[in-house]
Amino acid sequence: MAIRFILLVSRQGKVRLAKWFTADYTTKEKQKAVKDVTQAVLARRPKMCNILEFKDYKLVYRRYASLFFIAATDQDDNELITLEIIHRYVELLDKWFLNVSELDIIFNFQQAYTILDELMISGEMQESSKRSVVNSLKRMEETEKTEIAGNLL
Amino acid sequence: MEKILSTLVITRLRDMIKQIRSAKTMADERAVIAKESAFIRTSFKSENVETRYINVQKLLYIYMLGYPAHFGQMECLKLVASPKFMDKRLGYLGIMLLLDENQELLTLVTNSLKNDMNNGNIQIVGLALCTLGNISSPEMARDLSGEVEKLISSGNSFVRKKAALCAIRLIHKVPDLLENYQSKAIGLLQDKHHGVLLTGVTLLTEMCKIDANVAEELRKTSVPVLVRHLKNLTTPGFSPEHDVSGITDPFLQVKILRLLRLLGTGSTFASDAMNDILAQVATNTDGTKNVGNAILYETVLTIMDIESENSLRVLAINILGRFLSNKDNNIRYVALTTLTKTSQTTLNADSSALQRHRATILDCLKDADVSIRHRALDLSFFLINSQNIRILTRELLSFLEVAESDIKSSVASRIVDFAGRFRPNKRWELDTTIRVMRAAGANVDASTINHCVKLVTTSPKDLQLYAVRKFFNLIRLEGDQALAQEGLVVVTVWCIGEFGDALVRGGDSGTGGDEEDSVGQTDYMIAPTERQVIDILESILRGPFASIVVKEYIVTALAKLTGRFLEAPVLDSIRAMLAKYQTHMDVEIQARAVEFTAITKLDSETRAALLESMPVLESALKEEERKGTGQPALMSAITSPSRANQNGKVNTGNILDFSDDVPVNVPSTVTSNPAAGNDLLDLVFGGAPTTAPTSSGFGAGFGSAAPVKSDNIMDLLGGLSMGSAPAPSIAPMGGLSSLQAPLFASQPQQPSKPAGNATVDLLGDLFGSGPSASPAPTSFFPTSTAAAPPAFGMGINTASNDLFGSLLSSNPTPTSSPMSIIPPSQPKSYPCYEKNGLRISLTPERVDGGLAVSVNAKFENTGMSGPITGVVFQVAVPKTLKLTMQPPSSTTVLAGGFATQAMRIDNPSKTSIKLRIKLGYSAPGFMGSAPQLVEEIVDFGGFEASLWA
Repeated sequence: MAIRFILLVSRQGKVRLAKWFTADYTTKEKQKAVKDVTQAVLARRPKMCNILEFKDYKLVYRRYASLFFIAATDQDDNELITLEIIHRYVELLDKWFLNVSELDIIFNFQQAYTILDELMISGEMQESSKRSVVNSLKRMEETEKTEIAGNLL
Repeated sequence: MEKILSTLVITRLRDMIKQIRSAKTMADERAVIAKESAFIRTSFKSENVETRYINVQKLLYIYMLGYPAHFGQMECLKLVASPKFMDKRLGYLGIMLLLDENQELLTLVTNSLKNDMNNGNIQIVGLALCTLGNISSPEMARDLSGEVEKLISSGNSFVRKKAALCAIRLIHKVPDLLENYQSKAIGLLQDKHHGVLLTGVTLLTEMCKIDANVAEELRKTSVPVLVRHLKNLTTPGFSPEHDVSGITDPFLQVKILRLLRLLGTGSTFASDAMNDILAQVATNTDGTKNVGNAILYETVLTIMDIESENSLRVLAINILGRFLSNKDNNIRYVALTTLTKTSQTTLNADSSALQRHRATILDCLKDADVSIRHRALDLSFFLINSQNIRILTRELLSFLEVAESDIKSSVASRIVDFAGRFRPNKRWELDTTIRVMRAAGANVDASTINHCVKLVTTSPKDLQLYAVRKFFNLIRLEGDQALAQEGLVVVTVWCIGEFGDALVRGGDSGTGGDEEDSVGQTDYMIAPTERQVIDILESILRGPFASIVVKEYIVTALAKLTGRFLEAPVLDSIRAMLAKYQTHMDVEIQARAVEFTAITKLDSETRAALLESMPVLESALKEEERKGTGQPALMSAITSPSRANQNGKVNTGNILDFSDDVPVNVPSTVTSNPAAGNDLLDLVFGGAPTTAPTSSGFGAGFGSAAPVKSDNIMDLLGGLSMGSAPAPSIAPMGGLSSLQAPLFASQPQQPSKPAGNATVDLLGDLFGSGPSASPAPTSFFPTSTAAAPPAFGMGINTASNDLFGSLLSSNPTPTSSPMSIIPPSQPKSYPCYEKNGLRISLTPERVDGGLAVSVNAKFENTGMSGPITGVVFQVAVPKTLKLTMQPPSSTTVLAGGFATQAMRIDNPSKTSIKLRIKLGYSAPGFMGSAPQLVEEIVDFGGFEASLWA
């Protein structure tokens, strides 16, 4: 069971982050998929369930404030745990940015990507400890700081 | 200096984002981005190392918004080659975003990845593993597998877990690599680190899916380890770091449960070892939060799949029952999905476990959420048994009325199927089918229509009368609402034609009202006068719903009514209506109208014989026998496991048509064998053996032909099971000629014309194989009108009392009649495509003195391996031309069969006609392999100038 791609889309349909774990799509198909998925999810009403059967996969999504977090998974995946994975990602963003907002993700998309990379590879979850993810992120930022400082000397 | 630059970096990315965000319109945004992109491109060209980082950053942002950024790919590679971590990090991010597996550039990344995986800095190793794990191609997998193998045994958990997930990608790309990882992956199960354990279990799960031997090995060695891990995780407070609302590491628990499922499936030994822990997880997990339910859900799936004890299964079903009554929509969705899945394999419809939740499931049919509705729909069909069929059908019918049009067809055919399986009586089934047609007549497919007609024909007289009256009055009373349902109209018109005499003179139907709907019953049982019937038919013809198909049916019905109705003025009106259609634009209707008018001029005795009612299909009678037993009535459905294929969009109706029609659609090349001859006989006699002259060869022949007779009752309209059968054209061949002799006693035997395209088209019965079938109108017309009169003569001379049938079937044998004339200007057909067993030919015909050309495209399946499905035939013409296309007769072409699609090209400037054809279809795989999707564009400009000049 693996996640095929993850999208962060604003309520207005703007893509804030897109991560592809499958190579089945060309750039064009990706754009088309993003458009279709966004449309399908934005059309859903709040009371409806967080699962939408879509083409040959399932969309599991949840809205946090103004952002939709959408994960496309295989048909036989555990939808409920996918929701937890999404939630885990949001918690990590929140922990990293301290009260994350859409703007944090827009202006620091690189970090948002890194957090995702530390959480999952190839659509599979890599680390179930929040602290561990945040720590590796901290170490990376420190390394970069040292590099910048080193260059100054 | 660097400091200035680095602050510059931040501000400049921020500036750009701000600028883009402040754009008021899309046009503004595009302008800003176009300017930035241009700037970045120039900067890339000048190989400016200082600004590369910023530029790639900005480019990635632009890319995220959906703008092109491919020109940044090379820059990402350059960043990765830099020794700095910062550069590498951005570079790899860019590679993951901008490159995919199919790009050439990827090979250039391989070297960088190799270096970085051997780097002393684990963070850099981590970057490389992450990148490889997300984008590896098969080549990269082979080149870098050695590195990953080393890293999977690294002393650092940060590296180990990444390498384990990376390995999943590699073995998916190159399954041969699997054995290199097997022992290492099993070793990961002993790891203390949760991340490593999680990824290790995931890796093993994927390995088991790829190679059954891995599962076999794990069954022997690793079940206890997994069980122990699960046990630890369910102990409260086991590892606070991994706690999610009171549950320890649900992610790992779910993964372990999933792996246990694979190991327990089909192995009692392994299943026994996990029974206890599954029971423990199922009872102790807190189901008040989503996390807990995620674990319970996974546990249920595992319990249902493995060889678990009965008590455990009961526990699982109870959990699903709890889920079903949960207020959370997600949980209900999951419950519906799982119940459907388990119903297919384990539960049967009578299972009280499922029936207990009937009310809830039916409630879900009305849910506002489409996800829930669809799941509930599939499950509802599993609920049906002979006790509850009435209640459930009522619910499903009300669902059908409001269903989205794209699923109506499949729901309709499923309701009809189940109504037959579990019907309490035939009357009820008839009512249900009528209601289905009324609710979804516009969407039903040919099989449902056929089913409906079969049902009427196999009914006893009083029920037939009831059905015909009901159909007629539905149209009469409900007007446009009913007329919009084409399927309903088609069936009604057919019934009016076939049972017209009963309709007007059948007396009281005496069967009472619709059991399910008692309101206004008497209105629906009124016997109309002949005049009223004709008026209704005429009003349909004039109304907006008279499609070509409907018109075709009405013309035939009118012809039949000339033999059923008695009042002279009414018969005059019928003749007038038929006469009107002798000049109709649609060639088939025209041809039929001409023929039918000719029939009306015959003496009454002959006419009566010609217009005899249709015999009942044997296959329909066979189906009848199976009805009400809970068994699928349709032969193809029997072979399918349980109700499994009732899911989703699988259209059993079509499958059925294939299996039943295939033998009839014998390709012309093999029609000379005796079997095909039998088919022909069958066709000639319209399934009425009593009319056949007895001959020793015939008896045997007929017997073996019967099972393969076409199921397509609509063919009976013409008295001829045609579909697309080319058989009769080779009539006097082989063993058949002797049989033909008595039949066409007065006809001199002449060698038949080979079954060329034109003759095959001739055979294309007007009322082909379904409502939308309209094979080959253009080439049909010129010959058939010429051939019609002699054919009548022939029909009269033969003693068959199914003359109407033989009339039409004898059309194709004009060559055996001395009077027949083959017109010199036979429309020529142009081959335009032949691949994968699909041959497409175009038959153009000059219309309006060259101002237009009507083209008939014919799709033939010349292959032997099965039906070609999903044929999409799109045509584009230059601007000087105007194109009007008709729907295809079918999007499925059976082996040896054909489908047609007519189009008209208006060519006011009389220029040469060029077509660009976009073609899509799914060709049958070779020797039963998966079907192959084909999409192609073909240019065609080969028409002769005489068509327009």
